[in-house]
Order: sequence, then structure tokens, then C-alpha cells
Amino acid sequence: MIDVIDLKKHFGEFQALKGITTTIHEGEKVAVIGPSGSGKSTFLRCLNCLEDPTSGDIVFDGVNIADFKVDINIHRRKMGMVFQQFNLFNNKTVIENIMMAPLYIKKQELRSLKLKNFFIKITNIFTKNKKNLYEIDKAKSQIVEEVRENALRLLKRIGLEDKADVYPSTLSGGQKQRIAIVRALAMNPKVILFDEPTSALDPEMVGEVLDLIKQLADEGMTLVIVTHEMGFAREVATRVIFMDEGMIVEENTPEEIFTNPQNPRTKAFLSKVL
Amino acid sequence: MGSFERKIAKFWEIFIEYDGYKRVLTGLQNTLYIAIVGLAIGIVIGTIIAIIEVIPKYKKLPRVLNGICKFYVALFRGSPVVVQLLVFYYVVFPLLGLNIPAVNVCVLVFGLNSAAYVSEIMRGGIMSVDSGQMEAARAVGLSYGVSMLKVIVPQAVKNILPTLGNEFIALIKETSVVSFVGAADLYVAFNYIGTNSYEFMVPYLVMALIYIVLVAIIAFLVKIMERSLRKSDRRN
Repeated sequence: MIDVIDLKKHFGEFQALKGITTTIHEGEKVAVIGPSGSGKSTFLRCLNCLEDPTSGDIVFDGVNIADFKVDINIHRRKMGMVFQQFNLFNNKTVIENIMMAPLYIKKQELRSLKLKNFFIKITNIFTKNKKNLYEIDKAKSQIVEEVRENALRLLKRIGLEDKADVYPSTLSGGQKQRIAIVRALAMNPKVILFDEPTSALDPEMVGEVLDLIKQLADEGMTLVIVTHEMGFAREVATRVIFMDEGMIVEENTPEEIFTNPQNPRTKAFLSKVL
Repeated sequence: MGSFERKIAKFWEIFIEYDGYKRVLTGLQNTLYIAIVGLAIGIVIGTIIAIIEVIPKYKKLPRVLNGICKFYVALFRGSPVVVQLLVFYYVVFPLLGLNIPAVNVCVLVFGLNSAAYVSEIMRGGIMSVDSGQMEAARAVGLSYGVSMLKVIVPQAVKNILPTLGNEFIALIKETSVVSFVGAADLYVAFNYIGTNSYEFMVPYLVMALIYIVLVAIIAFLVKIMERSLRKSDRRN
């Protein structure tokens, strides 16, 4: 589903990524591990072009989104992202956080249809062969209601429906991160990218977030997770990528990586963290 | 002491019997009108300038716009507002062949002037918002502009509201120069009372009091607004 071809990223003189080539297939759960500064977060952020790649291609659903001319916003809607620092919108309540992007996009579609219809109506006045109008089957209020219901359903799923109308600053880290995950889910993404989702959490809250990610994995969602939780990577991932110094050093099934690492650098890293 | 009472009596006479209070009310109305509409114009233009200044400058268009904004800010911060008033009233509008009431010229000039200051305040506010907010908005597929308007600017406004309140207060005080182009503000009203009673002490004292009370009220309102905007920060 995502083909990464010779991806390079430079920050000035510093080469963060030195040519990454890999493919993320549909339904795969890929864990990216490696020492800090190895470029794993940069790699993840390049996948949805939050960092513009210096060179190389990222082909998502047949479109090279690394291309400047592509409207990246449309493709990002199909790639959820969850951050280490949660990044819930501080000026919006929990439910507004979840509803904002889907609501905006659906309203935008409605507006553009109405605009097109308006122009068709005008041209129809002057031409003989009348063009048909686009069908508008939903009013704005219906759209709002639908998006709201979906958001409430997602909140219920994580057991936080009573927090719908509070601001993020009143929540614990674990709650924030679970809401960030359902905010990504609200867009019905094809893949979700996790950038160290549990690194900023208090230890007792790591479990609830990992459980939710595990649920998504069991439902067949495609996941790419940058993580330091080796146990979790081993349990949930179908493939583990070990990165060091901006390159993929080794990639394999979790069993192979964790019990029988081939590369000496992988061995050295795992002996430190396991 | 007796002379002071006489002064008050004289002021009162002009104030009530010769319709001085009507002029004061008109003056107050103009002062507030110029300050409020001026600040509104300032906030809109200032926000646009601030956003242009923080846009990543990969392409040519943002760079050109940024240059224009820099020039604009330098122009309006680099000269006194009185000079700008005079230039607009006696140079720019006559050259354009427009005949606009003095009060509206004042509104425009104060708007353009405060835009230059508000843009700097707003830029600081935008930069004070955590960069993760923008990333999260972009990551759900919103464009740069929409992310800015729906996520960043509201938070920036909250951060800069006290400073913006100060800007409004400064604006109210600065409007006391609009009589330079013949707009009737508080100063003109009290000057009228003073000239007609040959007695300036009481009118200007009252004028000073009005300004002080006005500013105190606005400071109070800003505080209330600040508190209600901060509700998203509070743990409850």
C-alpha cells in the first residue's frame, strides 16, 4: 500500500535518512525500532510528508505523494497519525477535536457541489442542451449529525463518552492519547502512523493506550509504529524494521529479529534494551 | 475655593444650557467609534500580515508578499500617527479625488496604523502556539490556511488578548489627536466648552476623568474576556 523508494532526508548538512526502500502492505503491522537519532521518527514523518523528503518516492495507493504537485491534504486524510505529545487541539473540546476534520471536509464537499450546481444552473440558462445538476442528498445539519454520532460512537468505544464536552487540558495523558487515536480513526484511514505513542505517558497509562492499538491491529488496520516498547512490538507487529544511522539495518518477523538477529548492530541494540 | 465653585458653575452652565453635553456625547461616540472600528481593521489586516510572515517561504509568492508586509509595517511604525492622519486627509485622499468625512479617514488611518502593531503582537502569539498543533492539523488533512484559522489563530488570540487589550487602550488615548483633521472627539467637545466659558480648568479635568474611567472599564472587560477564554486551560 505504501511503497517507499530510496527515501532521503537531509536537514542541512545532516543526513537523517540515507536511502530507505521498503513496502508497507495492506493489513501489515510494522514496528520501527532503533536507537534515538537513528531516523525512525523522521522516516515515519516522511510517510505522510509531514517532513518533505529531500529525494525519493513515497507511493501511496498508486500516487507519488512525495511529488510537490500532488495535493498532499487529500492523501493525508487516508493516513492517520498519532504523536508522542498527543497534540490534541487545545482550543477545542474532545468531541470537537474528533469532529473537526471530517466535518470540515464533508462541509467543503457540500459547498463545492453547491457551487458547481450554481454554475451549471447559470450555463443552463444560456445553452440548449441542459446539463444535469449534481445530486445533493444531505443537508448540512444531517452531515453534522452523522459526524457527531460517529464521534460519539468512537468515544464510547474507548469509554470516554462522558468527556465529550471537556477541554483536553483536563484529561490524563492516557486519555489524551486514546482520544488522539480515535481522532485519527474518525477519518476512516487506511493506515495509521504512530510516532512513539507511549513515550510521553506515565507508566501506569501505557497499558490502556497499547491495548487500544492492539485492538486496532486485531481488526486488521494497517499500522506503522515507531516504538521503544519491545514487548509490544514483539506481540503485535507482523514485521519489525531495525534502523540505525538513517538506514534500515535489518527487517524481519519479530521472532527472527528478537531471537535470532543477524546484523551485529541489531544484536548490540537488542542486548541493551531487552 | 470660591473661585473653583464659580468655575464649576460656569462649566455646568455651558455643559447643560448650551448643549455642551451633546457635543461631549458626540465626541465620546466618535472616540469609541474610531478606536473600536480602527482596532477591528487593525486585527484583520494585522492577522493577515502575521500569517504571511510565518508562512514557510519556499515559493516566490510568499516571499514577495512578505516583502510588501515588511515595507508596510516599517512605513506605519516609522511615522507618528498624527503625520499619517495629516498625510491621508490632506494628501492621499485629495490626490485620489475622494471626499471622505474626517471621522472615516481617522478610522481608516488608525486601523492601518494599529495593523502594523497588531501584526507584531499576533506574530508573537502565533509563534507561541506549540508546533505540534499545526502538525496535528496538517496530519488530518487540513490545508495550511484552514489549520491556521481553525487551530493556531484562536490559540494565538487567547495568548495575546491582554496585549491586544493594551493596544485598544493605547488606541483610545491616541484618538485624542483626531482634531488635527477636524474630527469631533472628546477634546474638541471640551475645548468648545472651555472656549465658551473662558474657563479651561474644569472641562479638561472632566475630560481627563472620562478617559481614565473609559480605560478602566475596558481593562475590566478585557479581564473578563480573558477569563472566559482561559476556560480551556483550567483543570476542573
